Amino acid sequence: MDIIIIGLLLGGTYALIAMGLNLQYGVARIMNLANGEMLVAGGFTAFWFYTAGNISPLLTIFVVAPVAFAANWLIFRIMLEPLVRRAKNRGQLEVDAILATFGMSFITVGLMLAFFGGDYFTYAFLAVPVTILGDTYAQNRVVAFAAAVVICAILFAWITYSRPGLSLRALAVAPQSARLVGIDVRGRAAIAFALGGAITAVGGALISSFLTLDASTGVAFTLKALIIVIMGGVGDVRGTIVAALLLGVVETLVASLIDPGLTLAAAYTLFILVLLFRPQGLFGRRTT
Amino acid sequence: MTMKRRTALKLGVAAAASLAAPRLALASDVVKIGAVAPKTGPLAGGAAVTQWPNITLWASQVNAKGGLRVDGAQRMVEIIEYDDQTNPGETIKAVQRLATQDNADFIVAPYGTGLNIAAAPLFDRYKYPHLAVSAITDQIEDLSAQFGGMFFLLGSTTAFVKSVVEVLTRMQGDGTLTGNAVAMVNVADAFGIELATAARPLFAQAGFEIVYDTSYPLGTQDLSPVVKAAKAANPNAFVAWSYPPDTFGLTEQAIIEDMQIEAYYTAVATCFPAFGARFGAAAEGILGAGGVNPDSAAFKAYADAHMAVTGSAPDGWASATTYASLQVLEQAIAAVGLDREGVTAHVKASRFDTVLGDMTFNADNFNERFWTVGQWQDGVYQGVAETGRDGAKPVRVKQGWA
Repeated sequence: MDIIIIGLLLGGTYALIAMGLNLQYGVARIMNLANGEMLVAGGFTAFWFYTAGNISPLLTIFVVAPVAFAANWLIFRIMLEPLVRRAKNRGQLEVDAILATFGMSFITVGLMLAFFGGDYFTYAFLAVPVTILGDTYAQNRVVAFAAAVVICAILFAWITYSRPGLSLRALAVAPQSARLVGIDVRGRAAIAFALGGAITAVGGALISSFLTLDASTGVAFTLKALIIVIMGGVGDVRGTIVAALLLGVVETLVASLIDPGLTLAAAYTLFILVLLFRPQGLFGRRTT
Repeated sequence: MTMKRRTALKLGVAAAASLAAPRLALASDVVKIGAVAPKTGPLAGGAAVTQWPNITLWASQVNAKGGLRVDGAQRMVEIIEYDDQTNPGETIKAVQRLATQDNADFIVAPYGTGLNIAAAPLFDRYKYPHLAVSAITDQIEDLSAQFGGMFFLLGSTTAFVKSVVEVLTRMQGDGTLTGNAVAMVNVADAFGIELATAARPLFAQAGFEIVYDTSYPLGTQDLSPVVKAAKAANPNAFVAWSYPPDTFGLTEQAIIEDMQIEAYYTAVATCFPAFGARFGAAAEGILGAGGVNPDSAAFKAYADAHMAVTGSAPDGWASATTYASLQVLEQAIAAVGLDREGVTAHVKASRFDTVLGDMTFNADNFNERFWTVGQWQDGVYQGVAETGRDGAKPVRVKQGWA
């Protein structure tokens, strides 16, 4: 039982890491390789607020979210929209976006090095045990999991039931047709990209309470997010959640029952199996 | 008013002079020192604590004194820095560039065992003395035989493992370690694997039983399964051959699990100031790699200067050794000038006065006297085991996590 709970807690962390990229890649069609850096920047902000002003990361996220939203909106409008405009097809946009955001990740790492230094940053927030069903877990992980649940629920409800959400889904499914029914494709794409960035940064702020980060750890998170998004199905919120939880539980099962050395192998085996048998992802639609 | 104007004028002149000085000096009399180490990539966090601040500190101190003593004159130093992105290919390119394009007079050894070994052939080809600090290996004899100018300052793998076993044996003798069960984990990376491999027979010889033995991948985001399983094995001592992010992660989980343990050891980064700051009272009694004698006058002066110049405290291990390697270089240049092979020969043959005390090298270019195990005691990282350094403190038992 405790294995399942640890696995779900880890899965919640993974959902925080991957949800933003899912919006950016699935809806805005930008394969954002600087996603991990946005996460680390969110973590830095939480660290800074906590150590300088003893402000809880749970409050910091309300600052991080709008700032990250604005920053990502500007990034999309200034840097990525010209790529969208000139791309003749989706393949070309993908290649251009990968190259552009790959470069952006280096710039972001450089900026963070300049502003925060290359040192590890770590702080103690809710690093106390909490007992669930007779077993102990780290409270900060439980809190991050709860936050992940809240964020995913709000996002899912908004995308499923609201009108702007509907247009985002339309965009994810068929960007060409979305335009025909009067959806402002570029405006919506910018919103989706900005929202994705904001969620990633909030995830970073929460994760920093239990993971030790430094300026160049972002790429590890980008990779994990990429695996989860592709496993879950590009552009589908439910898919990302299920894939994140699945990955968390499988990794923890392997670590607890077989050997912690095999967690990476297990993660990639799962990834390969999904790619082999459901190449469109768990919840993805088969492309026609 | 006139006073003010004069002060402003003076400041302006000083500023202009300081801006102009390095450029004027560039022509011939600056000594160029190359430095290549990670500023990004997996080892950047460690290099930002241990490597870069010491280069900055040393250069600023040398220049504040009026420069390096070279052949009876004084010459300012200029540091040329390259980021190798924790990528051996980049390390090699940067060393090549420093040697052929920048014409560096000397090059500070890179950071990390793998990166040092990758760069060793180039240091050798261009005859640079290679004073490797952050490079712990059991291949010292072979490497120094192959690369005559490669020196080893920080220690060898086996010496580190032996010391940990000795510390635990000493605790058994004191009666503070009441059993022989050891839980051992390691990061699945060259460093962790090498240490764990060396540790297994040494623990067995000393009469310890390894009740839990596992590895975990570098960058594991949840170490709670590892700590839960280690705790379930009921060990008297917990030993982790760990890297910085997992050193933090394991310790946080051990606190959450309230692991009842008499000796708790994590390897790299336990000595970092960030570790003490992060865990506060819970860090009390935690053992880690390295150690220093924080009470020695030389170390105190060094730590104060480190704080004043770089704005951060040195770590309790390789920081001081990195600084010592630059002191060795400085003293060797003062003795024989900028002739690289002359400097190498001088380093082999001489005794140096460093922040760690006097330093010499054996026939394998190995500094045989170094710190091996440290422990957080009353908020200070104290050396508790060494191979010939003064000031080791008695080991304490780990008493809870409060």
